[in-house]
Amino acid sequence: MRKPRIYGLMAEFASPEELLAAAHLAHDNGYTRVDAFAPFPIEGLAEAVGFRSTRLPLVVLIGGIIGCCTGYFLQYYAAAVSYPINIGGRPLNSWPAFIPITFELTILFAAFAAVFGMLAMNGLPTPYHPVFNVPRFALASRDRFFLCIKARDPKFDLAKTREFLESLKAREVTTIEN
Amino acid sequence: MSNGSTNDSPEMTTGMGAALIGPGHSYASVTDKISAIVLARRTPKWWILGFFISFVLVMMLLVAVTYLFVEGVGIWGVNIPIGWGFAIVSFVWWIGIGHAGTLISAILLLLRQQWRTSINRFAEAMTLFAVSCAGLYPLLHLGRPWLAYWLFPYPDTMKMWPQFRSPLVWDCFAVSTYATVSLMFWFIGLVPDLATLRDRARNRAAKVVYGILAMGWRGSAIHWQRHETASLLLAGLATPLVVSVHTIVSFDFAYGIVPGWHATIFPPYFVAGAIYQGFAMVLTLSIPVRKLFGLEDFITLKHLANMGKVMLATGLIVAYGYMMETFMAWYSGNPYDRYMILNRMTGPYAPVYWSLIACNIAIPQLLWFRKVRGKVFALFTLAMFINVGMWLERFVIVVTSLHRDFMPSAWGMYYPTRWDWMTLFGSIGLFLSLLFLFIRFVPLISIFEMRSLVAAEGEKK
Repeated sequence: MRKPRIYGLMAEFASPEELLAAAHLAHDNGYTRVDAFAPFPIEGLAEAVGFRSTRLPLVVLIGGIIGCCTGYFLQYYAAAVSYPINIGGRPLNSWPAFIPITFELTILFAAFAAVFGMLAMNGLPTPYHPVFNVPRFALASRDRFFLCIKARDPKFDLAKTREFLESLKAREVTTIEN
Repeated sequence: MSNGSTNDSPEMTTGMGAALIGPGHSYASVTDKISAIVLARRTPKWWILGFFISFVLVMMLLVAVTYLFVEGVGIWGVNIPIGWGFAIVSFVWWIGIGHAGTLISAILLLLRQQWRTSINRFAEAMTLFAVSCAGLYPLLHLGRPWLAYWLFPYPDTMKMWPQFRSPLVWDCFAVSTYATVSLMFWFIGLVPDLATLRDRARNRAAKVVYGILAMGWRGSAIHWQRHETASLLLAGLATPLVVSVHTIVSFDFAYGIVPGWHATIFPPYFVAGAIYQGFAMVLTLSIPVRKLFGLEDFITLKHLANMGKVMLATGLIVAYGYMMETFMAWYSGNPYDRYMILNRMTGPYAPVYWSLIACNIAIPQLLWFRKVRGKVFALFTLAMFINVGMWLERFVIVVTSLHRDFMPSAWGMYYPTRWDWMTLFGSIGLFLSLLFLFIRFVPLISIFEMRSLVAAEGEKK
């Protein structure tokens, strides 16, 4: 009944250097829908699979600015507009006293932006993903390194791509079912 | 130089070439060793005993808190002029303990200090639990704790707002921000390790629970890139945060006109004291843990010696703070300030003051000696002295400053009651219970960072 649709091909490597070299070769061979999996961050790997740069710092900056404005205006509104108390004629908008909370809320909102921005951009949580159908993929969180060429890739051809991956000295090449 | 042959020789382990990880470790071996602590079926006997004792202390805390809610803060020894007793002393103490966790995880990450790798997860958990204990105290001290939400700004029917010019309201914002950011930082670092546990668990329930918590982390290169960026940004945010939190805690005192509190030295000296004591607590906890779990390969003598050095440096800053406090009291010419210092040194609480000087300033000078920094037992003992000393420091600041009011007719003494002691030891029990649960259910060393360390060590060769 169920027709297995192919998600892509997965090649397994034993070391980060092999994976990095394979990712570069895949890129040089014109593959564009490539993903690499490793048990720890590897410098240059994201760039090798065609990742430009992340907009996360901008999101965090915006979060911080929103937090800063929220913090200050919250206090300004409460102390100068909604509930002004005249204490010996002291200014209602006593800004130096408002700095600590403004600072704390800047940090809080920026941190929320960093965490939820990172999760959202990474598409986490992902309850189901086809790569988990590869039995040996459980080792991607231990000591194995994987390169995946997705079927969405315009250059993808089950036989040819498999041949290409096998030529990279991959330990094992597996078809990923959807 | 004498005993260069043994493993514990300080020369071998604290020198420049000392290893941050034992020899012969691979990606697989660090993964297996650390995850086995969590996934092992059998709970060690010492864990059950330790957790039991801690849990009994938590029950004691519950009794003390219940009676407090029934009777009010009168069950404590606090009275005018000493309105802030153990509750505020312990609040500041716990917050301070938390700060080393943030320092290790954030500042040392920004400074690319690789030696933090094996202790940062543990230290961050310590932060989280210490802040939880700290957060209890102001609430218990409120008198009407069921109205604690009045601290937060919300559009209420009384048309009132919190007094935003008060350091106590700043404190509420600072501590809750600190708790939230610490929790997020800790959890984000934990996600890849939860994925490791998900993949390695054999038990169905563990698979499901770790699977949900790991949120489908699959170690994609692009995900790692954003994860690293987010971690660095969070570290950059947490660094000024930790400084601001203890600065604001010190404002609770420095904003008041009480002699002994009203000093501009307070913010930096509180921050240094927090780091000092926090590192002492990390040592206090990591020394038994590395022994009990056999993690000497990961938390090496070099780590312990480095922590000893940080304690020495921050301890000297604290000593400078004490000296400046005394100097300024004399130099200001203010009779109340002069009396305050003389009273600390010679008054009814003088034994507390001199114990504090012994614990925080005199005894830790032993850390100058490399031999001492290389001895596990010596470091542990010194750390215990500092833990006690820093608690005494806050006692001296809070109680001796308050007990001699401006008018001799308003002088008084503070004697803690059994409820004060029960709350203090109960909170230590809460802290330890949470730590015991943490080391049993969550990898206490960051596994993915250890794998990075293995990769980095491999490249060196």
